[in-house]
Order: sequence, then structure tokens, then C-alpha cells
Amino acid sequence: MAELVAAGKQPEILFWVGCAGSFDERAQKITRDICKILQHVGLSYAVLGTEESCTGDPAKRSGNEFLFQMQAMANIQVLNGYNVKKIVTGCPHCFNTIKNEYPGLGGTYEVIHHTQLIQQLIDEGKLKAEGGESFKGKKITYHDPCYLGRANGVYEAPRKALEILDTELVEMKRCKSNGLCCGAGGGQMFKEPVKGTKDINIERIGDAIETHAQVVAAACPFCMTMLSDGVKYFEKEKEIQVLDIAEITARANGL
Amino acid sequence: MISQALFIIILAAAIYLFSKNVGKIRRNILLGRPADRSDNPALRWKTMAKIALGQTKMVKRPVAAILHFFIYVGFIIINIEVLEILIDGVFGTHRIFSAPLGGLYNVLIGSFEVLALLVLIACIGFLSRRNIVHLKRFSGVEMTTWPKSDANYILIIEILLMTAFLTMNAADGKLQALGVGHYIHAGGFPISSFLALLLPDSANALEMIERGCWWFHIVGILAFLNYLPYSKHFHILLAFPNTYYSNLNPKGKFENMPSVTNEVKAMLDPSFTPPAAEISRFGAKDVTDLTWKNLMEAYTCTECGRCTSACPANQTGKLLSPRKIMMDTRDRITEVGKGIDAQGKDFKDDKSLLDNYISREEIWACTTCNACAEACPVNINPLEIIVELRQFIVMEESQAPASLNNMFGNVENNGAPWKYSNADRLNWAKTE
Repeated sequence: MAELVAAGKQPEILFWVGCAGSFDERAQKITRDICKILQHVGLSYAVLGTEESCTGDPAKRSGNEFLFQMQAMANIQVLNGYNVKKIVTGCPHCFNTIKNEYPGLGGTYEVIHHTQLIQQLIDEGKLKAEGGESFKGKKITYHDPCYLGRANGVYEAPRKALEILDTELVEMKRCKSNGLCCGAGGGQMFKEPVKGTKDINIERIGDAIETHAQVVAAACPFCMTMLSDGVKYFEKEKEIQVLDIAEITARANGL
Repeated sequence: MISQALFIIILAAAIYLFSKNVGKIRRNILLGRPADRSDNPALRWKTMAKIALGQTKMVKRPVAAILHFFIYVGFIIINIEVLEILIDGVFGTHRIFSAPLGGLYNVLIGSFEVLALLVLIACIGFLSRRNIVHLKRFSGVEMTTWPKSDANYILIIEILLMTAFLTMNAADGKLQALGVGHYIHAGGFPISSFLALLLPDSANALEMIERGCWWFHIVGILAFLNYLPYSKHFHILLAFPNTYYSNLNPKGKFENMPSVTNEVKAMLDPSFTPPAAEISRFGAKDVTDLTWKNLMEAYTCTECGRCTSACPANQTGKLLSPRKIMMDTRDRITEVGKGIDAQGKDFKDDKSLLDNYISREEIWACTTCNACAEACPVNINPLEIIVELRQFIVMEESQAPASLNNMFGNVENNGAPWKYSNADRLNWAKTE
């Protein structure tokens, strides 16, 4: 972003990568695929790079409002400094926080999640599913991330992105507003689970196994970790792939 | 004359007692922190009409929705009959609506009877779900003796009231046929006419049954009214204001604490002077630290357990149960209210919602997934209370679990929840 601005250019959209997308090895792949999609459709974009910092979401949901607001205000200063208007995020948690909680602290932007961007591009005819891997006839099930679905009512965009693939889209018994959490939210990602009879991701992947889907589509880097771990727990890595919607889209277009 | 006077005394006493107890609940609710829910009245009315009046969130569980709908409609519509009974009781009349309403009266009474039968069927259905089928949703650590009995009492009282209503009509119908005294021809009795076959033929006995059931029915209703403030059944009243004052924001939007905003602004900009605010604690330790809306929700909860059955933590055997959060909040605010009644406004005890009622293990099991808030048929949000308790633990006590403290440290120092250097943030672009 700094380089573009130095060159006197303003990108159409800022890609907010997020911590997982920046540092988590598995999520880095998703980040690269989102970039490939942006380049493929010729959308000018920028990332903040080292100027990006945690949105504060895990701190806020764990009760550390101080840390959250410190992070938020610092980020807002950077975003406003670059006169950012539109943001696409690779993570539903960043999406929710910037979209809903930043305006009250002085940061108002048009924020979309990458699955919404993919849906828009499909609707505009800029993105198709051709020239790449065929998902035709494959069974795919989609896991609703809490902070995209229940938290913000985004249920259709990710499904639209899958429908274009001509696959067999199957729903888990708990889906959309009834969707079961992967177990990572509210700071749980960063702590050992509280004692119980089962881990939440194991319960959730059970729903996915029941559908006999070959692909579990995710739209959140934390769900990605939890669901992948669930698949490993049942030793189903050969039968079930966990892929982000961005990865599926990139593959289908041979990017 | 004596029966009229007796009736008026009972009615006045019932209304007085009820208002007094509702007044106490109102006072208890207002012990909560302020929260502004006055914006957008049009949308608020709409939300109330849809969710409380229209019961749109009930339909997710169709069997319960249908049975509940019978009781709900039955109770609302049969209230027209209760109004007639009240007027008859005060003025010593009999079926006062029959003359002005004419033929419509027969239709009305007939439909009340059909509804009464549906209410009976629904209550029996609900009782068997709780006591014979033992639906998992109606058990759990918080479902101790009282909550279970409360649910059963409500259903049994409703069964008794409906039975009295139908029996009264049956006797009345028979007296009408016999042409006894003031028992004018009025009302259609599609259901109670079957009951009439079981009743004696003597006019005296019939009159005793009719009067007995009439008194039992109306005194029962007044007693039931006074049971409401002690019971989960209070939801029939609070469901309406509770949905009116719903949180209209997206569920993912958590409130930004204004007190923290001021402090953070002052830290970032030394020239900023925060407005003088009364010193209160961050987050909630006790019920009076919660907002009045949180407390209203606690009194609205009817303990149906949809929240708990949707909770991922609860489903995987953790201690957390969103229903328990609401029930604990109600129990504690009731306790605080009783303390104030006994000792005055400055009542203090050595108990608090956190630790004495809700344990830390419960609080830290939540994934903030909003399944509980989504599941609630009357828009209660247990998650808000959980986060407020977490805020107290973290910001006032610095007692977060060690792993979360590590995460906080990482966010503060490296700008990421993990221990990575911020200089490496763009590394993803370098590797393929």
C-alpha cells in the first residue's frame, strides 16, 4: 500500500490479509489464492504488509476491551491515513470486526469478505469456473463460519461460489443459521479447550462425514485449522479435503 | 350480593398483589446499568410483532411450535371469555355478552371450547415430553427440582383451568336445556356437550357444578396471574417488551465500551481529556454491573433450553449452558432484590454472580458463536453476559487463563495472536 501511494496511485480495494493469512502456513496458501483471483479479474488491490496489525478480535471476544480498542485505533489511523474506502478480508473475524466495530471508533469502510467478492465477480461475469480443475459431480459441503453466517447473515455468497462449479452441493444437518461452530471462536483458538467429553471440531467434522462429501468448503482460516484437525482425527485425509472457497475458485479457474 | 362483594375483594387483592410483584421485578430490572435501546421504534415494533406476536422463531422446532401455538392462541382468545366472567362477577350478571352479541356469541363460545380442547391436548403433549419422553432439552445441571416442578405446575394449572371451563359450560348447557332460572339460551357447546353426558340431571347439582367451576376457573386464573412473577411463565408478558428492546445490530457486533474508548484516546493523545464519568468497574462481576436489558432477559427466559441444545460447548460435554447463565442471573437479581426489600437500597452481601453462581470454567468454554442468541425464540442473548463477565475477569482482575494472556501479549507486542515478528507479515508473498 505504501508503495502504491508513494507512486501516486490509489488501489480499488485493500486486501486485509489477517494474522492467520499472514503467518499460518495453511492459510498463507489461501491468501495467495485470493491474490491470484484479484489479479485474474484485473482488480487493482494493495495489502498493508507490515503496517497491518491484528484487528483485536480475539482480544475483544476474550474480554480484553483495552487491547482491542488500542489495536482498532492504531489500525484505523493507518487505514484512514491511506484514505481506504473499500476492504476485502480473508477472514470472517477481521470482516466482522472492521465492518461492525470499527465505525464506532472512527473507521468507516465498505467491508466485504472474500466469498462476497467472489460472488460479486461471478454475478458480474468476470469470474467463471473454467480452465482449471473440474469439480463436476463431486460432493461438496460448506461449513458456515459463525462470524460470517450468524454474526452477519452471509449465507448465500459462499454457496453461490460453489454452485457455479456444477458440483453436488450437500448440506450438513446443522447448517446456515443452525450451523455448528468449529470451536475456534471467542479466543478458543489460542487456548486449550475446556474439559468436556469431546472437542467441538470433532463433533463438527462428524456432521461433514455424514454427508459423504469429498470436499469440505471453508471460508475462515480458523475453521480451516479446526476442520483439518478433525479430518486428521478420523484419519480421513484421503477421502476428505478441506479447502477454502478461494482455493476452490482458484483451482477451478486454473490459477 | 355477597358473592359479588367476595368477587370484588378477591379481584382487587389479586390485582394489588400482582402489581406489587411486577413493580418489584421492574425495580430489579432497573438496577442494571443503562443501555440505550430507544432508536428505530418502527423496526422495534416490527421485530416485536414478528417474533413475540408472530412467534416466527418458534417454528424451527415444529412440534413444540404447534403445541405452543395452541396454548398461546387459546390463552389470548379465551381472555374474551375471562373479560365476560369478570364483568359477570362484578355485576352479578350471567353471560352478559350473549344479548348484545346474539348469534356471534354462540360462535365465540364454540370457538373457545375448541381452543380449550386444543390447549388441553397441547398441555398433555408438553407434560409427556417432559415427564415420559424425557426430552434431553429439559434436563441439565440447571434443571433442578424447582425449574422442573415450575414447568409441570404451569401445565397442570392450565389443564385444570381448561377442564373447569369446559365443565362449567357443560353444566350451563344442561341447565339451559332444563330451562332453569337465569340460565338463558346462550352459547354453542361443541365440546362440552360431550362432557354433559357425564353430569347429573338434577338442577341443584348442576347449578352447584356450574357455580363451582365458574369460581374455580376465575379464582384459578387470578391465582395463576399471581404465580407468574415467581415463575418462568412470566415470559408471556415480558416476551413483548423483551423483543421490542432487541439488539438490532448484526449479532457479530459487540459493544465498544465507551469508558475504555476514553482511556485509550487519552493514552494515544495526551491533549485529550476524557469526560468525567462515574467510576464503575469494567465488565460485570455481579448482576448490577449488567445492563437492564440483560436483567430483563433473565426475567423473560422460560427455560426452554433451545440455547443450550444449540451450544457447541454444551453439546461436547462442557459445563457451559447458556440457559444456566440466564437462570443464574435471574436467581441472583431476585436475591439482590429480596436483600433490598429487607435491608434497604444499600444492601450488600458477600456474594456475586461470578463465582457464586456462574463459574469461570463455564465462562471460558464459550466460543462466542451466537448459536444461543440465534436459537432463542424471544431474542435473549446469553453471550452478552458471558462477555461482560470475561471483561471483569480480564480487565479488573487480570485473571485470564495463561494461554489467553500469552495471546494478549503477542497481540500487544507483535500485532498478531501468535509469536511471530511483525516484520515477517509479508512472508506469504515470498514463498510459493
